[in-house]
Amino acid sequence: MNFFCFGLNHRTAPIEARERFAGHARSPLVLRDLGCSEVLLLTTCNRVEIYGAADANIANEEIAQSLRIESGSSSKSDLEAFYRKENVECARHLFRVAAGLDSMVVGETEILGQVKRAYANAHANGNAGPLLHRLCQRAFRAAKQVRSKTQITRGPVSVGSVAVDLAEKIFGDLRGRKVLVLGAGETSAKTLRALASRGVSDLRVSNRTPACAEELASELEGIAVPFTTWLEQCREIDILISSTAAEMHLLTPPLLVPILRDRADRPLFIIDIAVPRDVAPEVNEFDGVYLYDIDSLQEIASESRELRRQQLAAAEAIIDEHVADFQKRVRLSKSGTRPTEECPARVSGELRTSEL
Amino acid sequence: MDRQLLILATICYLAAVIRTVVSFRARIFRRSRFVFLTIALGFLFQTAFLSIRGHALRSCPITNLFEVLVFLAWSIALIYLLIGPAYRLSLMGAFTAPLVFLLQLAALLSPIDPPRASPMAPNPWLEFHASISIIAYGAFALACVAGAMYLVQERQLKTHQLRSIFYHLPPLPNLFSAMTRLLWFGFILYSAGLISGFFVNEPLPWTKIVLAIAIWILYGAILQGRYLRWMAPRRIATLCVVAFAVALSLLWSIEFVGHRA
Repeated sequence: MNFFCFGLNHRTAPIEARERFAGHARSPLVLRDLGCSEVLLLTTCNRVEIYGAADANIANEEIAQSLRIESGSSSKSDLEAFYRKENVECARHLFRVAAGLDSMVVGETEILGQVKRAYANAHANGNAGPLLHRLCQRAFRAAKQVRSKTQITRGPVSVGSVAVDLAEKIFGDLRGRKVLVLGAGETSAKTLRALASRGVSDLRVSNRTPACAEELASELEGIAVPFTTWLEQCREIDILISSTAAEMHLLTPPLLVPILRDRADRPLFIIDIAVPRDVAPEVNEFDGVYLYDIDSLQEIASESRELRRQQLAAAEAIIDEHVADFQKRVRLSKSGTRPTEECPARVSGELRTSEL
Repeated sequence: MDRQLLILATICYLAAVIRTVVSFRARIFRRSRFVFLTIALGFLFQTAFLSIRGHALRSCPITNLFEVLVFLAWSIALIYLLIGPAYRLSLMGAFTAPLVFLLQLAALLSPIDPPRASPMAPNPWLEFHASISIIAYGAFALACVAGAMYLVQERQLKTHQLRSIFYHLPPLPNLFSAMTRLLWFGFILYSAGLISGFFVNEPLPWTKIVLAIAIWILYGAILQGRYLRWMAPRRIATLCVVAFAVALSLLWSIEFVGHRA
């Protein structure tokens, strides 16, 4: 039996191509009609992949066509964006994907859940057989081992995730925390979204131009507050994200002292994304005030990325071990698979969903 | 036999310390039950030791400085095993193990366990007073550990130098909450121990009474400072560490004076 993976991802194809070949509910059925005995469709924002098992070789054009959202034929340049991996390399690819080693952000953990959901769908629709079952279970094990034995998933890798991690260490639970965004900008909006995803619900936006404040506030389901009141707001809020175009410091120690007196010992987390900075660095000297500027945030993110990069070799070694073991157990070769006692051609009884 | 149990307990704590040191040197901290389990095993050996001693003495085994140190180490381990998992204070074991190990080592290496000719006459009030006071010390020790963890975490947040340990230490509010609860728990037990001391019906050296009241006032002042919000959490954490160092020195002095008197 021939076992293959066919697909495209963020490295091989632009988003327009990934949109055109995003796959759909009928894709596995089409491939079953073409002769695949087992089919799994994995679609994420960064990749569209088909994992299949078939006795005969199925042409790339036919598989690509099954993934196509709209009718029409695929051009040669479309097909060049696809990759195909067979048998051992297919197993290695899935293990790497599940472990987050093939992701845009190396070590991200969301992909494992997506692979599990893809397998659950294939299983529910009767498209997953014994080989896919073995392959996926092994992929999950490999991914978990990579996660627990290396530090590939450690540390935040973007400014937004750094801010969220720091906020969680300062406040614990972020639910019910109040955030004020001063000014507007792409990074502050992203940071605000990241905080909102962790439960921050009281979002306030203040801008010299009220229309800009209202636009961002409505987009993030927050409220716009007058720019003249931002300093007063600091008595209530927990997190201040500042990104104005002011040429001088907006928040200085003399301005902050009376505010801190009113805040008792509630911590204040200040994220100063502005260049030049909106907040005087001396503010960080106060008890309970944690000031981070854009350089500090980016440095933490880049340290995490570097650490993840250093962990790649260890992660790949774990994947190699699992590939070798999987190959031995199912007698997977470059030419195909031969059923063994551990990989019967047909598994009697249902595959247990608890193994997901 | 009883000392061998104590040596086994100390080896368990040493294993936890070695694991901690290795993690610090490698700058890699992983979620692991090793430290918790070694402390739990050490605690079982300590319990067996104290039980054998107690049967031999026919009273609570806190009759000399050696036993006091072991009982204190046992109290710290007990409170850690109770609150560590409940508060999900990961890494607390890593900070607790060295403290317990040092107490055990001091007890084992110092010549502070002279052989006793006959069992002491039982005095339930004295036993209650001494045991409850030492368990209070155990709570203060854990508050000190939580305080040290708070200071490490707070320093990393202030200086922007986030080490591997940063991602494994609990958030500041969790540490602060554990610290204040341990302070209250210890203070209540210590107050009960202090009050029961007046019913002991044995002459006590005045220095012992003064030092015991001084510790009570010290912890009372910290709690009052927290209650009235006179002090920021970081200062409370610092005071937890300082106060326990002072209290431990005074405990040593109290026992030294008590056994010399």
